Amino acid sequence: MTGETAGHDRAAPAFTFSAENLKAARDVIAKYPEGRQASAVMPLLDLAQRQNGGWLSPAAIEYIADFLEMPRIRVWEVATFYTMYKLEPVGRHHVQVCTNLPCWLRGSDAILGTCREHLGIRVGETSEDNLFTLSEVECLGACVNAPMMQIGDDYYEDLSPDSVRAILDDLRAGGTPKPGSQIGRRSCEPVEMPDPATGTDGGDGGV
Amino acid sequence: MPKLTIDGHEVEVDPGLTVLQACELQGIEIPRFCYHERLSIAGNCRMCLVAMKGSPKPIASCAMPVAEGMVIETDTPQVHKMRKGVMEFLLINHPLDCPICDQGGECDLQDQAMAYGFDRSRYHENKRAVEDKYMGPLIKTIMTRCIHCTRCIRFASEVAGVPELGATGRGEHMEITTYLEHAMTSELSGNVIDLCPVGALTSRPYAFVARPWELRKTETIDVMDALGSNIRVDSRGSEVLRVLPRINDDVNEEWISDKTRFACDGLRRQRLDRPYVRRQGRLQPANWDEAFAAIAERVNGTEGSRIAAIVGDLACAESMAALKDLMEALGAPHIDCRQDGAYLEGEPRSSYLFNSTIAGIEAADACLLIGSNPRVEAPVLNARLRKRYLAGGFAVGLIGEPADLSYPYDHVGTTAGDLGRILAGAHPFAERLRGAERPMLVLGMGALVGRDGAAVLAAARRLAEDVGMIDPAKPWNGFNVLHTAAARVGGLDLGLLPGAQGRDVRGILDGAATGAIDVVFLLGADEIDMARLGQAFVIYQGHTGDAGASRADVILPGAAYTEKDALYVNTEGRCQAALRAVHPPGEAREDWAILRALSDVLGKTLPYDSIRELRARMAEDCPWMGAVDSVVAARWGGFGREGPLGDEPLRSTIDNFYLTNPVCRASVTMAECVAARAGLADDRTGTDG
Repeated sequence: MTGETAGHDRAAPAFTFSAENLKAARDVIAKYPEGRQASAVMPLLDLAQRQNGGWLSPAAIEYIADFLEMPRIRVWEVATFYTMYKLEPVGRHHVQVCTNLPCWLRGSDAILGTCREHLGIRVGETSEDNLFTLSEVECLGACVNAPMMQIGDDYYEDLSPDSVRAILDDLRAGGTPKPGSQIGRRSCEPVEMPDPATGTDGGDGGV
Repeated sequence: MPKLTIDGHEVEVDPGLTVLQACELQGIEIPRFCYHERLSIAGNCRMCLVAMKGSPKPIASCAMPVAEGMVIETDTPQVHKMRKGVMEFLLINHPLDCPICDQGGECDLQDQAMAYGFDRSRYHENKRAVEDKYMGPLIKTIMTRCIHCTRCIRFASEVAGVPELGATGRGEHMEITTYLEHAMTSELSGNVIDLCPVGALTSRPYAFVARPWELRKTETIDVMDALGSNIRVDSRGSEVLRVLPRINDDVNEEWISDKTRFACDGLRRQRLDRPYVRRQGRLQPANWDEAFAAIAERVNGTEGSRIAAIVGDLACAESMAALKDLMEALGAPHIDCRQDGAYLEGEPRSSYLFNSTIAGIEAADACLLIGSNPRVEAPVLNARLRKRYLAGGFAVGLIGEPADLSYPYDHVGTTAGDLGRILAGAHPFAERLRGAERPMLVLGMGALVGRDGAAVLAAARRLAEDVGMIDPAKPWNGFNVLHTAAARVGGLDLGLLPGAQGRDVRGILDGAATGAIDVVFLLGADEIDMARLGQAFVIYQGHTGDAGASRADVILPGAAYTEKDALYVNTEGRCQAALRAVHPPGEAREDWAILRALSDVLGKTLPYDSIRELRARMAEDCPWMGAVDSVVAARWGGFGREGPLGDEPLRSTIDNFYLTNPVCRASVTMAECVAARAGLADDRTGTDG
């Protein structure tokens, strides 16, 4: 038993913060009173996850635990509690499709289906070229622009199967698709602006 | 004091109590799973719900402090309905495997389901299943049964001081585990088995062995360390199947160490169940008459000055008293109960006691540990030190090898010389001690086994006097000796020390090696260097075949601590009575009776025919042995011998917590613990390097 985990530990590359992240980590810790550095565990785990290619290896968790002088199990508890900390390796682009009620009503099944087909992977899997990992997530708080998905730090909203394919193709080609609404509306303003002349308010906002 | 109404009765209770505690004081039992009086409050099982007037929702009584004018109802149909609801939720994901569960018959969930359970389930979906976790060789886990009370997590973090257990995931996916499933590295880990209110954490060695109602329960005393933990021995037929703690707030609260709990399988192995006599160089089975005759042949005609006796760590007070009387009758002054060679004097009694008492630790506000690692020498006492540390305002200093004690300390020094420097005031910790209201020191055997033991003892005494550890006005005596052997204090009380011109352990071994000692009687002494016994005729009286028995010329099979009515005096001088749980195996006999019979054969018949007469004789010299379970404050006096303090590092005398006496060395479970710890150590060097 111990041998198995030990092997796991040894296989994972060691983790230490880059100079940049080390400074960022110290800045975060400085926000908390002396001796309360454990409060910084969540931002530090996020820093580590970003540096580590989108997931937290045991080595990274142990590094954070030692860095904050916390028992390892306490950091492990935090990392397993929040779904946004990934405990398995992910592809370069982590595609997270919202399938909660508003997005579902607006067609998230089709969005997720398009992702599956276009990437050739099922939910929870990573593509063979290690570019994409597909996840189904709970509400990301952009219901007004449903359906939506998150890739990396960016939200892609007002999606249709076609726009999803375009975004994924662009990413695969190494491009950076424009985040936000894919039908060109600004922020979450009504899809059709009210016409001051007629007084109509743009109808029910159907796309 | 707040006044509140509980079930129509107006009561007045101390402020700071919880509603649950107030109810308990009224004799009202509140069902609970997560609440435990020695752990912090979690309030997550919701079983203790009661109704409070003015609150539209029920309150968790374990987490609600009492307040003036509260009106609490604990026994209304509404409260019953709420508890039934909680129970139904708990049972949704709890497997119905009571028939194959080791907790069956002593399970809180089972018991409370009798009162609040529903006789069928309304839940038709699949129950949740959780993978079992590895927590080491002592704890068996069936995690599907876990109801997430978090008692084990709180015990590990708070009492044991090893924050290794935790809850991963959340909601339905919450699971209790150790980090990457490493074994728990605590000497107190077995207590989570008692704390677990369901069958999620059970005893691995005891798995599928017996049901609680099959067992005969004997309330007795533990001898694995010098604490004298109060235990209950569960036996069936002639076998001790398990050991559980009893509550004694003055000694062990309700914890016991893993050695106390799990070494009992050693009582079934390597047992000496008949006398043996060495003939033509080989130990041959014999009967009692032959064994006694072999001894008589050798002892009769040998001068008393050529006979010696060494007492081991597990001897009971009765056998030691009988041995002393026998040696006196033989005119043999060479007798010693300090087989590790620690320098201890027989007078005054305060020079070798844990004078502050164990419970007294909680009154202390500064502590200096000298040559002691209480975590391995007495884990339950260490938990008390940790409890005091957690209460705040407790400065701990250590002179000796650094070790993880589960609380922070100031590493004052490593050698006895550093004790001298503290005495001279050359270290700031001296000021801490001096400024403390009730300072204490803990003098371990590690500080006294060196050549400078007498000087260390004297220096510790002087330090205690200098910094105000001895204050009869308070009254307070913070001079504490932490023994590692259950027999030691009883032996010192009864005067099992070299008489005039007598040799101590070192002298006896030197004498045996050079031929000045012809006969050595070992009363369960296994931790001496047998090679130095030379050509001496060795009589070994004990219960387990270990180093002493394999060197012996005659073996007299005695009784282990679970097999005799016996007195033990713990490190604080508390005399406690052990009771017989099972009979000694085969032809083995109670130890005092063996010595009494031997005295008869040697023509020096001891003047007592029953254990009552023997105890009466012991109580003449040591009145506290007539008053079981009480601590008498010991008179202070001069002791020790001033001298140069050495530069050798002070190390605890215990190298391996799991292998300190013949019983635990015979235990398979203890061997597994050693292997698990060794595995962890390998792992560390692999990943931490």
